[in-house]
Amino acid sequence: MTPPTAGPLLQANKLERHFGAARVLRGVSLAVSPGECHLVVGPNGAGKTTLLRLLAGLARPSAGTVTIEGVPAREPQARRRIGLLSHQSQLYHDLTAVENLAFTARLYGVADPVAAARAGLAAMGLAERADEPVRRLSRGMIQRVAIVRALLHRPGLLLLDEPFTGLDQQSSEQTLALLALERAAGQALVLVTHDAHEAWELATHAHLLVRGVWATSGPRGGEGGEGEGEASLDDFLRRYREAQRG
Amino acid sequence: MGDFLRAALAVAAKDIRVEHRSKTALIAAIAFAALVLVIFNFARDAAAVSREMLAPSVLWITFSFSGVIALNRSFALERENAALDGLLLAPVSRSALFLGKYLANLAFVFTVEAVALPLFVLFFDVDLSGALGGIVLTAVLATTGFVAVGTVFAAMTVRTRFAELMLPLLVLPFLLPPVIGAVQVTARLLAGRPVSEIAGWLRILGFYDLVFVTLCLLLFPPLMDE
Repeated sequence: MTPPTAGPLLQANKLERHFGAARVLRGVSLAVSPGECHLVVGPNGAGKTTLLRLLAGLARPSAGTVTIEGVPAREPQARRRIGLLSHQSQLYHDLTAVENLAFTARLYGVADPVAAARAGLAAMGLAERADEPVRRLSRGMIQRVAIVRALLHRPGLLLLDEPFTGLDQQSSEQTLALLALERAAGQALVLVTHDAHEAWELATHAHLLVRGVWATSGPRGGEGGEGEGEASLDDFLRRYREAQRG
Repeated sequence: MGDFLRAALAVAAKDIRVEHRSKTALIAAIAFAALVLVIFNFARDAAAVSREMLAPSVLWITFSFSGVIALNRSFALERENAALDGLLLAPVSRSALFLGKYLANLAFVFTVEAVALPLFVLFFDVDLSGALGGIVLTAVLATTGFVAVGTVFAAMTVRTRFAELMLPLLVLPFLLPPVIGAVQVTARLLAGRPVSEIAGWLRILGFYDLVFVTLCLLLFPPLMDE
């Protein structure tokens, strides 16, 4: 496991999010440093996507704060450091893959947006489909274009919501390898999923979110049981199953 | 070129490109405009109401209603695949996003009006030879304000369940001042009245634009907060 190399890039303190009487998140805190990958696992309705939206600055917390390198997450300076891969692709299906990515690159002030878009697509094995409208691409290909979109401006923090959805085995492995490279290069990752297996090896920390609070949270251990304070996958899955049973 | 303008132009170019590919909103708005003109043309009792009396109102009803149809697509395309999240996450000013959307919407509504005006001349047999410049100026002044209001309401309603229904309900009351002004100007232009009779109305339209474009620029950023 890669140890943290610097202070927290992302700092979330005591986040609360209420929708009327419903308290979706209750006092959730998280600190993510460069080179760390935080796996957030939880059953449906646990508040995972809401947490990710708060971390991205797309929603305002009812209480608590989110900062990126000390800057509130909703500020443009902080947003520049964030890449988000959400449930949906955030792509315009009438535009080609390269047009979509070049548009994103322009918004982020990337030099030579079209060249950056083509390079990103080539890295994901989509160079030959770059000029096709997104609506003609398969679900897996769209997901890969969305991943390129999230990484295009070289964010320091990558927020991923179920990044392996719709991907076949080969594409999942390719995505996992890419994320491992990003992490090794010092990028911080927060990966939300309902399946702890798929990204356990990538994770440096594992958090179980149940009904808006951390049921368990900390550095992750190996497959069978690890050092002091580290959660093993078996232990983590046992707690997850307990949480699902309610 | 500053970051603000670069982002606004990128958003406008993207919207125009998407519409150029799909043509859904433009075709719907133009077809709607043609239908309104046909219905008014055949529903009119020629013995009771002359074409000259009805024409200015029909022109502006056609422009404003078909304009609202064109505005409806503005944020609908951002709702598909959560593209709006991508826009809001970008490190650009919300006002730049508004300006980009506004410029694209102006382009759509002006296009619809440019197609609807010849249809209006065709159906209502109106002679625009001496009034065309004035009507174009009036269209620019009236459209500038109501498209700004429509862009803000389209953004407001995009997250609601019945966005397509809510937008006309919210925006039509705000269309009354420019539509009344534009109808008054058009009636006088078609009747060949002197410029002095329309100057006051044109000033009102200009004032409406100034107030509402400024207000919309200020209101848009907080409206985008979830």
